[in-house]
Amino acid sequence: MTAAYDRVKKARESGRPTGLDYIGGIFTGFIELHGDRRCGDDPAIVGGLARLIGQSVTVIAIEKGHSAKDRARRNFGAPHPEGYRKALRLMKQAEKFGRPVICLIDTSGAYCGIGAEERGQGQAIAENLMEMSTLCVPVISILIGEGGSGGALALGVSDRVWMMENAVYSVISPEGCASILYKDAGKAAEAAGSLKLTAQDAKSLGIIERILSEKDMGKPEFYARIREMLVQEIGTLGRDAELVAHRYERIRALGTSAVGKEQA
Amino acid sequence: MAWMNFLKPKNQLEEGGRTGASVHSDAGEPERTCPNCHKEIPMSRLWANGLVCACGHHFRMKARQRIAQLCDKGSFRELYAAIKADNPLDFPGYHEKAETARAASGETEAVVCGAAKIGGHKCALFAMEPEFMMGSMGSAVGEKITRLFEYAMRYRLPVVGFTVSGGARMQEGLLSLMQMAKTSAAVKRHSDAGLLYIAVLTDPTTGGVTASFAMEADIILAEPGATVGFAGKRVIEQTTKKALPEGFQTSEFVLEHGFIDAIVPRGQQKKYLADLLAMHDGRAAS
Repeated sequence: MTAAYDRVKKARESGRPTGLDYIGGIFTGFIELHGDRRCGDDPAIVGGLARLIGQSVTVIAIEKGHSAKDRARRNFGAPHPEGYRKALRLMKQAEKFGRPVICLIDTSGAYCGIGAEERGQGQAIAENLMEMSTLCVPVISILIGEGGSGGALALGVSDRVWMMENAVYSVISPEGCASILYKDAGKAAEAAGSLKLTAQDAKSLGIIERILSEKDMGKPEFYARIREMLVQEIGTLGRDAELVAHRYERIRALGTSAVGKEQA
Repeated sequence: MAWMNFLKPKNQLEEGGRTGASVHSDAGEPERTCPNCHKEIPMSRLWANGLVCACGHHFRMKARQRIAQLCDKGSFRELYAAIKADNPLDFPGYHEKAETARAASGETEAVVCGAAKIGGHKCALFAMEPEFMMGSMGSAVGEKITRLFEYAMRYRLPVVGFTVSGGARMQEGLLSLMQMAKTSAAVKRHSDAGLLYIAVLTDPTTGGVTASFAMEADIILAEPGATVGFAGKRVIEQTTKKALPEGFQTSEFVLEHGFIDAIVPRGQQKKYLADLLAMHDGRAAS
């Protein structure tokens, strides 16, 4: 039980590389593009163009920030609807120009605030889920730290989903789960075990394809390894209708085994 | 577990919940207190008025009550009734909770799906069940809704869906979360085929259901006074340490902010939906 909660703590450690660290380590020539063209620009989500060895890609990352000031400015990586709408705008742009999309996910969840609700947090996430499912270019998502519920999934309807070995992915925070179920947030460690939120759990549930080693995390060889994997994987993914059909099959299978084959 | 259908709903799930929950007792006619006008209303009178109080308050309604009230007589044919998830993560206490919900609600899962006619117009229909773990979405709910959209695509039918949900079902962990992606992908395919989807949001529509198929319809309607939002009110208060504005996260609030098309009282829904379906009739035949 506590093993799972140890992972949660590791995933949240402030010393871990953030989205921008990954962008700087894996890609070259990153050009950040701002704004959702609707209402604002959310610093909790960073996106833009970059080079992945020979090819141009669109990269989108949830950014928690490092310094206290930067973390506050980025709302500790809890995006507003503008962040999700910016991400979708950049994905549609990638589709137009035939660029693969790479998403780096690290959030405790979509922001729970008054303004976020007023501007349609639920609608923004829903639209991303829908639109990502038929995007005509390869999409690979990597959970690099926390994968907090719908706010993480909004960048995770992809052809391949990978997780760092100490990343977690969950429908609800262990604290939230414990306070609902046991009326005691102190039982978070217990809830973490029950929620099956580790990378190993996600892989055995068929939700992710690959667990990435954290050996040499943050060092050039670490990023070189991920770069190599991305290049190879993008090479194996098709394009257009075939790609979209395979993505649908992938998504369609999620949780289907849980309802039993005899009912199919 | 067909025998369970004969059990009377007891509202056990609402213990300590809403003050407006009905109290069934074997002696005398049950009454409900309206949480809006605070009057006691005999159940028979509430039934006659589609579970709407004279003051306009809409009580929660069971999925099958909605279907009976909405669909043309004898037109509803249920689909995927047997689908249920049996604790895929071995989550402590989930099996018992689900069995209690089955007994209390008389339903196998938190959504009822089928094919139906509304005002003579064929459609695929889903209605979520508030008495089954407050309509929470696990693998079975996601699978049933996905299949319904696939069915509607195959037969070129519009989909009409009534949502009521506390969100994703945490006892199925990530599998529940993935149902948001799965249902959204199915809605998108149905939409790309040029077919109509109308959602009617009822009290409460929140969390992972708001952030997926509730907000993905071509036309989104809501019942008056329903709670409609993404995050829970308590979570927002704790996060922001601010008092929430009056009427926050209601149907009226989301209408004002541009996220739904109209608020339609229960008594007018059948005609409203029939009219909308009629205006899209040509689509289905193409």
